[in-house]
Amino acid sequence: MNIQIRPILTALRRHKAGTLLIALQIALTLAIVCNALFIIHQRLTNLSVTSGVDEANVFVIANMWGDVGQSTAQVDAQVRADLLALRQLPAALDATPASGYPLRGGGWDNFVTMTPDQTKPTTDAAVYTGDEHFIGTLGLRLVAGRNFHPDEVMVMGTQQAITPSTAIVSKALADRLFPDGNALGKSFYAMGTTPSTIVGIVDPLHRQGVDQWSNGYAGQALIWPLRADDSRGIYYIVRAKPGQLADAMREAPKALYAQSRLRIIDPKDGIQDYATIRHKVYDRDRGLAILMGIISVVLLAITAAGIVGLTSFWVGQRRKQIGVRRALGARQRDILAYFLTENFLISATGVVLGAVLAIAFNLWTVTRFEMDRMSMAYVGAGVLVLLLLGQGATFAPALRASRVSPVEATRSV
Amino acid sequence: MLAYYLELALRSLKRSPGLTALMVLAIGFGVAASMTTWSVFRAVSGDPIPWKSAQLFVPQIDNWGPNGRGSDGEPPNAMSYNEAITLMRDHRARLQSAMYQISPSIVPADASKHPINVSGHAVYSEFFPMLDVPFLFGSGWSAADDAQRAAVVVISSKLNQKLFGGSNSVGRTVNVEGKDYRVVGVLNDWNPQPRFFDVVNSGGFSTGVEDVFVPFQRAIAVGMPNDGNTNCNAVPAESGFVGLQHSACVWIAYMAELDDAAAVTAYKQYLDGYARDMQQSGRFGWAPNNRLRDLPSWLDNQHVVPSDTKVSLLVALGLLLACLVNTTGLLLAKFLRRSGEIGVRRALGAPRLAIYAQFLVEAGIVGLSGGLLGLLLTGVGVASVGWVLPKDIAALARVDFSLLVLTLLVAVIATMLAGLYPTFRASRVQPAWQLKSN
Repeated sequence: MNIQIRPILTALRRHKAGTLLIALQIALTLAIVCNALFIIHQRLTNLSVTSGVDEANVFVIANMWGDVGQSTAQVDAQVRADLLALRQLPAALDATPASGYPLRGGGWDNFVTMTPDQTKPTTDAAVYTGDEHFIGTLGLRLVAGRNFHPDEVMVMGTQQAITPSTAIVSKALADRLFPDGNALGKSFYAMGTTPSTIVGIVDPLHRQGVDQWSNGYAGQALIWPLRADDSRGIYYIVRAKPGQLADAMREAPKALYAQSRLRIIDPKDGIQDYATIRHKVYDRDRGLAILMGIISVVLLAITAAGIVGLTSFWVGQRRKQIGVRRALGARQRDILAYFLTENFLISATGVVLGAVLAIAFNLWTVTRFEMDRMSMAYVGAGVLVLLLLGQGATFAPALRASRVSPVEATRSV
Repeated sequence: MLAYYLELALRSLKRSPGLTALMVLAIGFGVAASMTTWSVFRAVSGDPIPWKSAQLFVPQIDNWGPNGRGSDGEPPNAMSYNEAITLMRDHRARLQSAMYQISPSIVPADASKHPINVSGHAVYSEFFPMLDVPFLFGSGWSAADDAQRAAVVVISSKLNQKLFGGSNSVGRTVNVEGKDYRVVGVLNDWNPQPRFFDVVNSGGFSTGVEDVFVPFQRAIAVGMPNDGNTNCNAVPAESGFVGLQHSACVWIAYMAELDDAAAVTAYKQYLDGYARDMQQSGRFGWAPNNRLRDLPSWLDNQHVVPSDTKVSLLVALGLLLACLVNTTGLLLAKFLRRSGEIGVRRALGAPRLAIYAQFLVEAGIVGLSGGLLGLLLTGVGVASVGWVLPKDIAALARVDFSLLVLTLLVAVIATMLAGLYPTFRASRVQPAWQLKSN
């Protein structure tokens, strides 16, 4: 198709303001949609991060003690009795005591060093505590080494600082501490003077928190063989037999209250399955993604409608000229091509300006709001979307223009 | 004349219903998105205690040294027991209180009921007058109660409702963690957002209610453990809650009322003096690195307003701007299509001003309609904001009279601004040229 660009430019010069406004609108739309897409993709990536937990079958009980001031030994006896009862539930596969769980939304983390007197920490790890049932209950994949032995598990009272001599770490932590990949059997220090030797490696294991500050430590976690017998309360993590999650969640509190009534399990959110836990911890991310999605769709729709409106107006204004061109031998598809090219020229100007705006806005949010830097792929995708949107929006009015009969040339208004 | 312009405008808008609807929709959506995100932003960035926030200060003492500082050189954002107790003992501000979060169990008198778990804070007596905490019955406790570690408690009206059916319970007893406490005061509804006295533990906003307040030293004496964050630069040497008190771990929030600039300067000097003493005694191996921020700067420093909220507002304002550009383009097309009509009016003697008035009225009508649609959508937006934002924040956003007025004003003014250039172009139409070509 032989398209003459010069006549289009000449015609556009007569509609400077309108042309400029469409280009500006496309630029603004591109700037906003790129950044919105970037935020959406970033947050959705967060949402789909794997925790390493068998989420379909695992639930967590937040068990607070009703009678405070119990000694650690008393608490430990109760915890062991509770665990026995939970493991014997018909619908339960296994249970473990814990001081926190993946995706809890924050919790215990320690700095990790290679030597006890190191002043700047090597990295940071989420700290989990549990017994020899921890890995099995969560359904973690042990990729190297072994599980804890029952006799390795120690008792930790309220605010008691105990550093076990063994630990199971996540592969991400093992690789960070020992990049050569021979972490098994090596030791590290986690804010204590005694080292912990790595006896097992699991992969993956998400941290407890999802805050932005911990992004640099993603997936870094360690498990210590400890029963956290805090006088305030404890988490019981329970894994149900496949397909029996609801039954297990119903049975568990009954079994615990049968053990002792002096406990508080919040009727509202004392027992949560992993779908709920995941939903809660990513509330913010999902919400922002939805909001950005709504804004993008509204913006694209309004921009498309605006282009349709203005192009229709221009077509209406130029019916006579179109008629003349048709009378002089222009084919329908020449007229169609004319309007599509015209829109392409305007859109191209808009997206160039828009790309600059998009990058500038992103860089500004990086410095002002601790956002991440946007990859150029988003700008590319946005440019493509807007060019297609422009062509699509122009198509209907342009088609109408192409159907203008040559007779129009002979009619006066 | 205005009535005539209104009639002209309505007739013109009716002539191209599609274009009119598009403009109204654009303005409506643009305004509604901006106003919804604004209502959230307004709610979270509000001053929780506007009459006093400039007198409330949060001291920070660097008891960790250079290795414990973040990349920004900031000292810890909470206090260790040692520092908090020293500051309370020296009592250099007019009013001050150390505080920590507690989560005790309350055992109902009725033995058939399960114990319930409540949240609250262990504070000093000056906490209540310092923060102008409103009481329904009774009052806070006295300094003597602080010193004697008295078993007294201030409870929320909600807990009072639950335990005493809402009657005046001052003088009655509540079983907290297995021990009897005498109720000295019942709070009136008091749920400041953000929870400014302890933003480190509440994250700023909280859907929960503070149900109990007990004397700080009493809570320490009976070993009521800290339910908030504990941050340590090293593992405490001793175990248990007592070990935590002897450690350099930070877990206590602190607030002081300083009424004038002189008091602020004096307090800052006092903090630095304390840190210098610690340096000389060898406990701190570094120069003083303290902070003393007033409440608004403290909330800002702790990023109480989530950056997500700010980004949402900005993106929504961007949407409004794009909608306005869209409206300008459409108005331009609409107005210039009527060049012939304008030519006739001008030829018949209408001054440019009259053309201005006529088309700005038309833009105004579009703006008003867009504003009304925007009002409706803002209502829907604010009502459903809980669907996309965390509940603790969403619960704060509400539609009130000022938001309604603002929505309409923004819609009308913005649309008239958008109509300014098209109107200018319309007023420049040459009557002679139009009449000739027709």
